[in-house]
Amino acid sequence: MLTLTINGRAHTVGDDVDSKTPLLWVLRDTLNLVGTKYGCGVGQCSACTVHLNGVPIQSCQVPVESAVGQKITTIEGLAAANGALTAVQQAWVDEDVPQCGYCQAGQIMRATALLARNPKPTDAQIDTEMAANLCRCGTYVRIRKAIHNAAAKIAKSGGAS
Amino acid sequence: MSSVYLPESMQRLYARRREEAAQLTRRGFIKLTGVAGGGFVLALSLGPAAEKALAQGKPASDANLNPYVQIGADGKIVLFAKNPDVGQGVKTSLPLIVAEELDADWDKVEVRQSIISAELYGLQLAGGSTSIPMNFDTLRRAGATARAMLVAAAAKTWNVPESELATDKSVVRHAKSGRSATYGELAAVAATLPVPPADAVKLKPKSAYRLLGKRIVGVDNGKIVRGEPLYGIDQRVPGMLYATFTKAPAIGGRAVSANLEHVRTLPGVKHAFIVGAQGDGVTFDLSGAPAVLSGVAIVASTTWSAMQAKKALQVQWDEGNASRDSWTAAVAEAKRLAGQPPAQVLGEGGNVEAAFAAGKTVEAFYGYHYVSHADLEPQNCTAWFKGDSVEIWAPTQTPQAAVDAIAALAGLPKDKVLLHQLRGGGGFGRRLANDSVCEAVLVSKHAGGVPVKVQWTREDDMAFDYYRAGGFQSFKASIDKEGKLAAYQNHFITFSLDGKTPAPAANLDKAEFPANVVANQRMVQSLIPSKIPTGPWRAPGSNVNAFCVQSFLNECAVAAKRDYVDFLVDLMGEPRPLPPDPFGGVFHTGRAVGVIKAAAEKSGWGRKLPAGRALGLAFHFSHQGHFAEVADVSVDASKKVTVHKVWVVADIGPIVNLSSAENQCQGSVVDAVSTAMGLKITFENGRVEQGNFDKYPILRVDKAPEVEVHFLATDYAPTGCGEPAFPPVAPAIANAIFAATGQRPRTLPFSVEGYSI
Repeated sequence: MLTLTINGRAHTVGDDVDSKTPLLWVLRDTLNLVGTKYGCGVGQCSACTVHLNGVPIQSCQVPVESAVGQKITTIEGLAAANGALTAVQQAWVDEDVPQCGYCQAGQIMRATALLARNPKPTDAQIDTEMAANLCRCGTYVRIRKAIHNAAAKIAKSGGAS
Repeated sequence: MSSVYLPESMQRLYARRREEAAQLTRRGFIKLTGVAGGGFVLALSLGPAAEKALAQGKPASDANLNPYVQIGADGKIVLFAKNPDVGQGVKTSLPLIVAEELDADWDKVEVRQSIISAELYGLQLAGGSTSIPMNFDTLRRAGATARAMLVAAAAKTWNVPESELATDKSVVRHAKSGRSATYGELAAVAATLPVPPADAVKLKPKSAYRLLGKRIVGVDNGKIVRGEPLYGIDQRVPGMLYATFTKAPAIGGRAVSANLEHVRTLPGVKHAFIVGAQGDGVTFDLSGAPAVLSGVAIVASTTWSAMQAKKALQVQWDEGNASRDSWTAAVAEAKRLAGQPPAQVLGEGGNVEAAFAAGKTVEAFYGYHYVSHADLEPQNCTAWFKGDSVEIWAPTQTPQAAVDAIAALAGLPKDKVLLHQLRGGGGFGRRLANDSVCEAVLVSKHAGGVPVKVQWTREDDMAFDYYRAGGFQSFKASIDKEGKLAAYQNHFITFSLDGKTPAPAANLDKAEFPANVVANQRMVQSLIPSKIPTGPWRAPGSNVNAFCVQSFLNECAVAAKRDYVDFLVDLMGEPRPLPPDPFGGVFHTGRAVGVIKAAAEKSGWGRKLPAGRALGLAFHFSHQGHFAEVADVSVDASKKVTVHKVWVVADIGPIVNLSSAENQCQGSVVDAVSTAMGLKITFENGRVEQGNFDKYPILRVDKAPEVEVHFLATDYAPTGCGEPAFPPVAPAIANAIFAATGQRPRTLPFSVEGYSI
């Protein structure tokens, strides 16, 4: 039995789950946190991005056993308990970024980590960081814009995301 | 000129559904009063039987009478979106049209995906950029009719003339007396009033629009950014199992035997069995006939355990009838055929040979690879075969065809199939086919009637697609002494599954531009036999024809020593509508010139740029939309390409949702840069050689150009935007590469000619 700390809560995973199972599939099939998406299974598309101790990782490449004892944050864990969206999530809504929307959880997770580290990224810095994440619909123009929008929102609110 | 290339089965389906939709519109609306709380709903008239049932006082229910507009006494307004949303934004734009005429408070309406019912909604489909043009009038009438009844209810309640009443944000106001009432407060009275006949309901003039043409964000954005379940892959049903479905590496191969006993012993595995083919599974077909390739299903307790077991699966395949296609051999054959007389004449006008003899000839051979749809959400479907009924959760683009196929597979009447339409994580034409839906039904049935989600791996998704067909176009043209295009010939070399006709969506219309505007023209065709499945892929036909034609015409302009804008505008001639295509699309040369000139103006056409950097322009008409685009491109000595910016100028009539339409154009540009620069599917011995994104390098944000979009304000009927922005991008880049370097890529993707991005 494994205990995972996800979005501030402890979740136990039974012995029926192989400890080598990628975190992605434990989140989706075992814990019903389906916001984290399967796109390629080989660490190419980053649709499965979650945070491990605040660092964006591809959850399809991380065996669940190695996430034990670490702080896991998924897309479901971003908004406040009262439902208020984070600046990044709100910017994604306001800039109307999604088309199909399938990759956007992963994009938002990576953008959130980027802004936590670099509150005012340039286009070039955004490109370098976000190039890990594929968007098949090609919403990149708006992703850049939304990250700038979120950076401005965060700056205005005094740094809290 | 048809720029919409679809299989005949799809053309017939379109025609039938369009007629049904027209009938529904003519019939007008009826009122259904069974809504909880005394509100009312309006549905399209269901015909005599349903009306009789209603007259007898039988309450309507949401389950079997699903309308566009539902207003409850509690003030809640629900608008129903009829078509699948796979990223094209119709779940927002279709209800927005209703809300405009209803004068509803958009911020407070709830939008729901409607049930699937051809009787209620006519054609429900995400394809051909048809949602807006096919539904605009019906949806406006749905909103306006409901509004008229609410106004009539207020007039009756307050005993004032309807002409003194105004509506705004779900409220009816009487300015003279200062009275107002919400739609919810009026719903019970409105429910007692007759439905006005269709011709008595006035639609708003465009100048009165409050919502249409504005930037409206997607109705599912909140759920998307919170990671709430929306997609096919997110579906969960109590007791559900998860399955993989493994098909023969050589497309069309048949599973004979497998190490099923061993697989059944693996962790989490509940069932493992061979599934026989249904139909040929290779020929893309929208008729609703079941289509499944033979394969092996592994049903397990989790997706991962099914995927792990798949790795241990060993199958004996019968590849006697499977594909043995080789892309390398096909290229050689196409080159040979280009030098031979064509097998078929598609169309001919004037005297091509005489014109060739009289002028300066230009010849070129173009080619394009197969490509995969690569929806980011791999194909999946959850099915529950219950013996006497089937319940399905599907991210399909063709839910009605899916219901037909499921009913046939299950041996049940269609009304025993309940399909839940889910959001698709990308479509691009891939989810027009319901192969994964059919697999899920068979697997659930075979597994004893438990709910099962069949989940394709990325590798399955890339290896078993209905690909955009590759092909070749061998051109010859003649330029007269005035520098005009005097003759045009296209020898189209394409693939054929039956040896007689082009493979699905791999055809060329005889009237394809510029054959429709040049007096001396000849459109001819030769076929290469193939067993590789093909089907519609975003802007079918147009996505390759625009590249070949607009590149070749640019070569003609260069040979004529003329500026390309000047050459193209001249080619269009007098402003006039050309004969309509089978889908009602009308190429208007005046609209074409309008977008070409605007694109030149917006991009600063003709301005001086540094060495190695140039603008390229291309025009294409498809899906009823006129699009001209300019690419600003640099090329370095190692053939590394930078696409700095793309200008998109579109004439698609009035815009429904500006944010969404612009998003579609921006995304189409990125998709087209991606596809033109580096995407290809190749195959040898019937086996597709690409399996994942490492070999199928979809563009990433660091290579995405800036995109500037302009919609011309015209008074034509509004048309769709999911596809027509795509086709001009590749030729605009190719023409820019030529202008910058004097070298021209003539193959898609450009990476095969040594270019990189």
